[in-house]
Amino acid sequence: MSGPVYAVKNLVIDLYTPTVSVRAVDGVSFEVNSGETLAIVGESGSGKTVMTLGPLGLMPEGVTIDLNGSVTAAGQDLVTMSPKKLSKLRGGQFGVIFQDPMSALNPMLKIGPQLAEQARRFAGLSAKAARKEAVSLLARTGIPDPEDRYDRYPHELSGGMLQRAMIALALAARPRVLIADEPTTALDATVQAQILALLRQIQEEDGIAVVLITHDIGAVSVLADRVIVLYAGRIAEEGSAIDVLTAPVHPYTRGLLASVPDFRSDTATGTREIPGLPPDQTRLLPGCRFADRCAQAITSCRRKRPEVTRVGGAAVPHRAACPVVIAVEGVARHA
Amino acid sequence: MPEAALTENPASDPTATAAAIDVEDLKVHFRTSAGRVRAVDGVDLNVKIGAFHGIVGESGCGKTTLARAIVGLQSATAGRVRILGRDRAEWQSQDRKGFARAVQFIFQDPLGSMSRRQSVQQTMEEPLRIHGMGNARERRRKVEELLELVALPASVLDRLPRSLSGGQRQRVSIARALALDPEVLVCDEPLSALDVSVRAQIVNLFARLQAQLDLTIVIVAHDLAIVREVCSAVTVMYLGRVAEEGVARPLFADPAHPYSQALLFAVPSPDPRVEATRSRVLLEGDPPSPLNPPAGCRFSTRCPVAVGECRASEPTLRGVRHGGRAACLLADRTRHPVL
Repeated sequence: MSGPVYAVKNLVIDLYTPTVSVRAVDGVSFEVNSGETLAIVGESGSGKTVMTLGPLGLMPEGVTIDLNGSVTAAGQDLVTMSPKKLSKLRGGQFGVIFQDPMSALNPMLKIGPQLAEQARRFAGLSAKAARKEAVSLLARTGIPDPEDRYDRYPHELSGGMLQRAMIALALAARPRVLIADEPTTALDATVQAQILALLRQIQEEDGIAVVLITHDIGAVSVLADRVIVLYAGRIAEEGSAIDVLTAPVHPYTRGLLASVPDFRSDTATGTREIPGLPPDQTRLLPGCRFADRCAQAITSCRRKRPEVTRVGGAAVPHRAACPVVIAVEGVARHA
Repeated sequence: MPEAALTENPASDPTATAAAIDVEDLKVHFRTSAGRVRAVDGVDLNVKIGAFHGIVGESGCGKTTLARAIVGLQSATAGRVRILGRDRAEWQSQDRKGFARAVQFIFQDPLGSMSRRQSVQQTMEEPLRIHGMGNARERRRKVEELLELVALPASVLDRLPRSLSGGQRQRVSIARALALDPEVLVCDEPLSALDVSVRAQIVNLFARLQAQLDLTIVIVAHDLAIVREVCSAVTVMYLGRVAEEGVARPLFADPAHPYSQALLFAVPSPDPRVEATRSRVLLEGDPPSPLNPPAGCRFSTRCPVAVGECRASEPTLRGVRHGGRAACLLADRTRHPVL
């Protein structure tokens, strides 16, 4: 590992649409290192997508953001960078996979040439080498008969194949970071499993950094080395995937995991639920944002923002923003 | 039998006590420019009274079309549907309102089934007004009862559905479906659009309502873990046909059809330690198009264990070890290494 390839410090993002303005991300810091998969987990409105794609200038149309804090990639500061320079850096350093393949692929162009164009522009290949690279990427992402598919249009491919073509497109620029925004949400169970296996294989073979933005705990369990759990624009908990998924500390993480039934466990515990709704982002109160839904909340939770504090001595730091649980259960709660 | 069922109150008809819904060789084909899409292609389905019956399968398997055809939102090409002992088509044509009082449908997108201009109060009251139930005060009281039933605060009454959260909207649509005290509720993917923690809330709400109100619920879902958790019976569909059916827990513990095995195997464990040790036997490819289903067993093109015979004729449902039925020549003779 050669240090972080993408680092964000004290990031605050205010988001504006024609009808609302909200603080979508409120003081978040995180790093992504090459060779690891970081999962950013949260429900709608948690800020997981804005936090990851916002600093790269990738926001949906009609949404403007105001960004504060520091964001670095490839040793450069992204916050002060001109849009043109940012676009170039993004193209070469970051590959992005979206939920909908057609948001990345051009329906009017054949698949292969789209990949070759990326390889030429960002990986600096000659036209001939770029074509070869495109075919080999199609093969690598598990598309049968890649020579034939090279000359096909997106609409000629099935859903699962399109997903693979989009992954090939994201890899064509030879990025250092692959960001996958809900890559499996729209897919069927068996295709989902194929795509997760493919992402894992790419990560292992290329040793690139993968950032997985998702609310699917199963996908996190398959892919992630490290996990950040976001709640209403703030980090609730972070740590190794094993620590966070099997020994969660924050009451929100615990609630989230309890609401996902484990298919293979023999005991039927019933699906447990977190009461209430995520807070209204336009009317946020001081203190912990989960307090209103939390069974363990005490008066001070509603007054003071909880610090993200280290729990236990795991090699990959395990941190949680809940002084109450940490005080009650002790900091050395897991070996 | 049909005569008796038509004239009597279905609940008191002794022949109806076993089945709330009885579907026989149902076919729903669509004509498109590309040809005939066999969305549902010969389905038998039996839902017992008081069951919480899950229908699962991947996109294109026909589960939504089947649910819509059961309640008559989609006309069938062939076959018949009996609900509470009565022929559904006849019932609907003779007594549309009576049918609506007994059988209700819940859509995946609650917003699409509500008027943009009606408040929650009006949305929930509408079925009561259409069916001429009570006066204004009684209707108001019923709406309050319904709110309590689905655990919504009275403060939502004056709001427009689109200003509510996804979970609240789904609660409103459930409350509205319950306004006429139906006996059967058919739900098309009511959980898919919801966040994980809210999904658990709605699942628990369905389970509570079912027990509290003696409902029969059919739910189309793709979250297998949730179906295993709450459903009493389950039907697994593949390309317009039933691949396997049975009591949910035994079926999920010992699936007989290689497709059910693959589908269950594909669900990741939420524990990364388990995931790290699980072998990765994956089903290849996408499901074939229902425009042109493969000959013989429809799953044979993706099946890891198919033999020559599988491609020769289409297997029918037959009894298997877990007590249900599966449409596979090799049922009970194959098993994925680590399920």
